[in-house]
Amino acid sequence: MDHWLSKFPPEHKRSAVIQSLMAAQDQNGGWLTNELMDAVAEYLELPNVQVYEVASFYSMFDLEPTGRHKVNICTNISCMLRGAEEVVAHIENQLGIKMGETTTDGRITLKVEEECLAACCGAPMMVVDGHYHENLTVDKINAILEGLD
Amino acid sequence: MNSPDNNLVNIEIDGIATTAAKGSMIIEVADRIGVDIPRFCYHPKLSIAASCRMCLVDVEKAPKPMPACATPVMEGMKVFTESKRAVDAQRGIMEFLLINHPLDCPICDQGGECELQDQAVGYGRSVSRFSESKRVVEDKDIGPLVQTEMTRCIHCTRCVRFLEEIAGTDELGGIGRGDRLEIGTMVARSIDSELSGNVIDVCPVGALTNKPFRFSARAWELMARASVSSHDGVTSNLYYHTRRNEILRCVPRDNEALNECWISDRDRYSHYGLRSDERLHEPMVKDSNGSWQIVDWDVALDAAAEILTDAGEDLGMLLSPSAFNEEYLLASRLLKGLGGKNIDSRLRETTFTDDASRQIQFECQLSEMAKADAVLLIGSNIHEDAPILGHKVRQAWLKNQAAIYAVMPRNYNYHFDCAETSVIEPGKMLGQLLSIAKALGESLDTRSLQANVANAVENAAADEFATHAANALKAADNALLLVGKMALSHPQADWIRALAQAISQAVAGRCNLIADGGNSTGARYYGAQPADGGLDVAQMLENPAKGWVLWNVNPALDFDHPALVQTALAAGKVLAVSSFNSDAILANADVILPLAATAESEGSLMSFDGQLQQVSAASKAPGMSKPGWKILHRLGTQLGLEGFEFSRLGSLEMPEECAAVRTDFEFAELEVSNGLNRLGEVGIYSVNAECRQSAPLQDTHLASRAVISMNPEDISTRDLSPGATVTATQGDQQIHLVLKSDPSIAAGCVLLPAAMAETAHLGSAWAAIEVEAK
Repeated sequence: MDHWLSKFPPEHKRSAVIQSLMAAQDQNGGWLTNELMDAVAEYLELPNVQVYEVASFYSMFDLEPTGRHKVNICTNISCMLRGAEEVVAHIENQLGIKMGETTTDGRITLKVEEECLAACCGAPMMVVDGHYHENLTVDKINAILEGLD
Repeated sequence: MNSPDNNLVNIEIDGIATTAAKGSMIIEVADRIGVDIPRFCYHPKLSIAASCRMCLVDVEKAPKPMPACATPVMEGMKVFTESKRAVDAQRGIMEFLLINHPLDCPICDQGGECELQDQAVGYGRSVSRFSESKRVVEDKDIGPLVQTEMTRCIHCTRCVRFLEEIAGTDELGGIGRGDRLEIGTMVARSIDSELSGNVIDVCPVGALTNKPFRFSARAWELMARASVSSHDGVTSNLYYHTRRNEILRCVPRDNEALNECWISDRDRYSHYGLRSDERLHEPMVKDSNGSWQIVDWDVALDAAAEILTDAGEDLGMLLSPSAFNEEYLLASRLLKGLGGKNIDSRLRETTFTDDASRQIQFECQLSEMAKADAVLLIGSNIHEDAPILGHKVRQAWLKNQAAIYAVMPRNYNYHFDCAETSVIEPGKMLGQLLSIAKALGESLDTRSLQANVANAVENAAADEFATHAANALKAADNALLLVGKMALSHPQADWIRALAQAISQAVAGRCNLIADGGNSTGARYYGAQPADGGLDVAQMLENPAKGWVLWNVNPALDFDHPALVQTALAAGKVLAVSSFNSDAILANADVILPLAATAESEGSLMSFDGQLQQVSAASKAPGMSKPGWKILHRLGTQLGLEGFEFSRLGSLEMPEECAAVRTDFEFAELEVSNGLNRLGEVGIYSVNAECRQSAPLQDTHLASRAVISMNPEDISTRDLSPGATVTATQGDQQIHLVLKSDPSIAAGCVLLPAAMAETAHLGSAWAAIEVEAK
């Protein structure tokens, strides 16, 4: 957090809120508790509610426990035209969970993706733990999922 | 440019040519010239969100409709608010807003006074084209004052911005995104701002409504009666909404010079106390067996007159600091007619040696306070002392980056940031002020001070806090010193006031005393404080009179030292004129006359800064109770006294000159106390009987709780444990209460609220106290 704070003028600590929440989320197994958000608010000298607003706005923040790996499948227009719905169906089938759920062994959370993930040139695509995987095929998906411990 | 002034631009709205300040928004100008533009999120006192888009207007040469609230005026701009493009845009927005808004107006409290309803009539379609299901949002419980119905929310964020910008408590936010956005607190909690009720007024729909008022009346059944609040010297202007002479709710009445467009929750919800079972309905007289008899007015007035004539000049008058000017004037006339001189309304104060120097009590006008650029708060929990003053200081901090320094016995939860604070026990507060005075060096003229005060300044040492505060005040163009209720009731208040005024003069600043009560200014002006030869409240209690008049006060709750008051009253006959009954009145009084409350009576009040506020009756007083001026008029006439020759209040001539005050001026020697001292705060909702009887206010988190709070260090050095019941002793009186650890309290003091039934038998709110394990 101090690293990010150093990038902004001292009177604009609020600017560091997203990166601070990222840091807090990463060291807490991928999700944010109310206590963590309050702690970020205190550290950045912000009202708690301003941190809640940011954390609840962005879909990359999870406010409930997640699996060890987060899989985001883009379902926006380009990906949809290139078969995103089949990708979703395949992965749901493969993992035995629906979008928004976590496998019972706590291995994978299938996140509901809100918006375009900005890789239309490689549609259909998905993001696994922050890594982009493009031009998905069934084989490719299977290999990626199997690679997750 | 054909405008003579470079800061003005010429614009035209709907064909009306006008000039406007550069940078102002179209909607401001339209409002000024009377062109109506629909809006939801825009509020003149809040920042611009431009989120509702309802105010879209047609601007010539602009490629699309522009939001009037966020479009600055430009030279030669032509705005059309009723062109097809503007109206189409507004209709479109209206249709979107109504997509998720429930069609529940018949069961909505806002129905009939709803901005959305009004504008839907103007801009909405008669039939909805939306056939999908509407979204439903879970309600939030945000406390006993504000009811939520969040499905009705249109996300204008006025409430969020109000709490962030005006109240400064940032308790609400927009949680979630897009079609899942909800206004809420995220974590279940109540909204604890002392100004929270204003979110009801800013809410343009029925999402936030008045909780205690809910489902009790429709807007069109109500009469709006202009009135004034008497809970603090801001004398906030307000409307009581009444139905068949009963006050059902209270809303603000705009007055830029006082409360702007806000009122505190204390002003908004205290009227529920007027319906309490404790209201007095009939005159009562104690018979020879000591039991109370309900009598008619003539009998009661005879008995009252007897008390007054028997006492003659040995009469003590103790008046509420929230009474009307006319009551103060007539009470002092009555006293004078009887030959008496002892009158006071500063019932929670403890020292009066500097009466002569207290002529100027409030140098900085209310409307000027937000212009301060450096503030020194002395013993003031300003958001509780007078919530609107807290708002003014917050505005000074927000708009002028005022440097705020505070000397206080516990770290009050200010809604602004202090540059530096000095949290010290009450006994050391004076030392801190001496230190600031010393730090001012040459600029402080010690010759204007009494010798012992000047000496104390000479001998003081300037610490770091004092040096910083002194430098900030000196550097400021508009330095403001605020002496709060806590400091004014302090046993060394005379020294504190003298130093505050000296510091203020030294830095060419202004000094405001935030006295207790809703009409402390009027009380002094119209003679409810002793003139030369008269005794103040402390002296009266030491030398009990033969006869007493208690004017709308509770002897157990409205004084600094309730135990002493009750002993003093026992020495004489007591006439109690009061709106509220209480065990203490029944125990101490001999005659009780029922008094109409402020809202039920006519008269005038004077704001902190001397603005006269006329009040007329908003509702009928219960039972046989009568307005104070009528009671005093009857008594004066019956006793054949001078100055009572008028038949209606309008023909009573109010003096133009301020009443004389005592001129003796000698300070007590400085005593430094050791050991624990009580911090006997009067809670925000304990200031008078009306507030104490208001159930909604007493249910809030801000209401006083009977607990003993101490600094954790004090607790551990005394081997006490937080959460356990402890015994606190003041003199020969004891109380057993739960102990709470509170690091915000200065070491050496014990927070034990005053003005509560539980603590009413104890001694002075500021005296020594012992705490030990039970």
